[in-house]
Amino acid sequence: MIPSPDPALLAAITRATCEAFRQAEITLPPDVKQAILTAKEHETSDIARGELENILANLEMAGALSVPICQDTGVPVVYLTIPPHVPLNNGIYHAIAEGVRTASREIPLRPNVVDPLTRENTGDNTGAGMPAVHVRPGDRLTITVLPKGAGAENMSRIAMMLPSERGQIPKFVAETMLIAGGKPCPPVILGVGIGGTFDGAAALAKEALLEPIDTMTPYEKELLAAVNALGIGPMGVGGRTTALAVKVKAAGCHTASLPVAVNVQCWACRRATVEVPC
Amino acid sequence: MLSIMDLCTPLSHEVLMLRAGDRVTLSGTVYTARDEAHLRMMEDGIPFDPHGAVIYHCGPVIQGQKVIAAGPTTSARLNSLSGFLLEKGVRALVGKGGMGRQVADQLKGRGVYLAFTGGCAALAASRMTLKGVFFEDLGMAEAVWVIELDRLPLVVGIDAAGNDIFEGVHRNAQAEFKKRFSQKKEAPA
Repeated sequence: MIPSPDPALLAAITRATCEAFRQAEITLPPDVKQAILTAKEHETSDIARGELENILANLEMAGALSVPICQDTGVPVVYLTIPPHVPLNNGIYHAIAEGVRTASREIPLRPNVVDPLTRENTGDNTGAGMPAVHVRPGDRLTITVLPKGAGAENMSRIAMMLPSERGQIPKFVAETMLIAGGKPCPPVILGVGIGGTFDGAAALAKEALLEPIDTMTPYEKELLAAVNALGIGPMGVGGRTTALAVKVKAAGCHTASLPVAVNVQCWACRRATVEVPC
Repeated sequence: MLSIMDLCTPLSHEVLMLRAGDRVTLSGTVYTARDEAHLRMMEDGIPFDPHGAVIYHCGPVIQGQKVIAAGPTTSARLNSLSGFLLEKGVRALVGKGGMGRQVADQLKGRGVYLAFTGGCAALAASRMTLKGVFFEDLGMAEAVWVIELDRLPLVVGIDAAGNDIFEGVHRNAQAEFKKRFSQKKEAPA
């Protein structure tokens, strides 16, 4: 019999989840804000620079008014680490869902979660499998949230490539952005998952969006250069920065497989982590 | 540096002078409308005077009498639903991402498409005052909200001569993609 976590701990998880959403929805992480600032400095087109100026003014305004950066406050994606002495059971999942409901009411968030077929809105951003909660063992109890808007998520793609096609990965990544154009609210961040299984590659692509964007590997820089060469620019008006960064996560895969997933993230790369003392 | 033109509703012939790529500000009344509102207006008629009016593609977050967050939604969803508005005298459509050839043709000699920066919901809300609502039964995101704007910064995406900045950017992106990734066959030695 797994012991139930202490009710006080569950209440703390609910509060921490709500707090993580509040931080993520209102304030962009410093590395993302810095990348937008750098993009503005490097932009040579007046129109593109104007778009980036609006984005920066919007960030100031969201902070000053304590309101969400974007009206598409996303669907709740949560990454949890739990230390060895905290038992994982449904109580923890319920506590996180309660944190999402509280955040939806208090921040407030737009109710975005609907039944996929009836399209009936639950009204509180929870539903079957929502929030999406991913759990890992860790030293501390931490709650990381990644609210994900639809405009960018809708442009994401996955391919089961052939092992002989690994040289074509930059083409697949650039093609994803060519198809997306201005729709995902560029400048975007692309999370690329390579390897694993069909579902695993998509999960890796999303986890890649949690990585800081102020450093990139030579391979990530190569992918970024291919995307930015398209010249789609901020909001699709043309310009030098179509993507702020590309982040890659890889996993071992079958010798006959090469799954590749690209998860598109708009410039509002909203992520925040709150630790729960326990 | 180009000077920025300040537009004020109701709009008139001045919009015909604008060129794709011009930066403008917009003040005055706009009416939000997404998919459901367009369908309702086609069925039941336009609930406001469309002459010189501006439609904003937006599903805002409203709390009480206040606009909390009101960035633009993707305009392309409304590509096939916008012609009747322009025929009735609407002079500008505001949204994000561009609208395509059909709307560019419908705008010719009539009006413009103005692009606002996607995601800038707080900036937009800080320049808005809520004035009223039509079709509230459609729900918060789909209702027609009457909003007073104070100098919202916009870019002319499609002008009244049919020039479209998004179309040009897409064409260039396609050409660059083809150049970079087309299969190059090595000539036999």
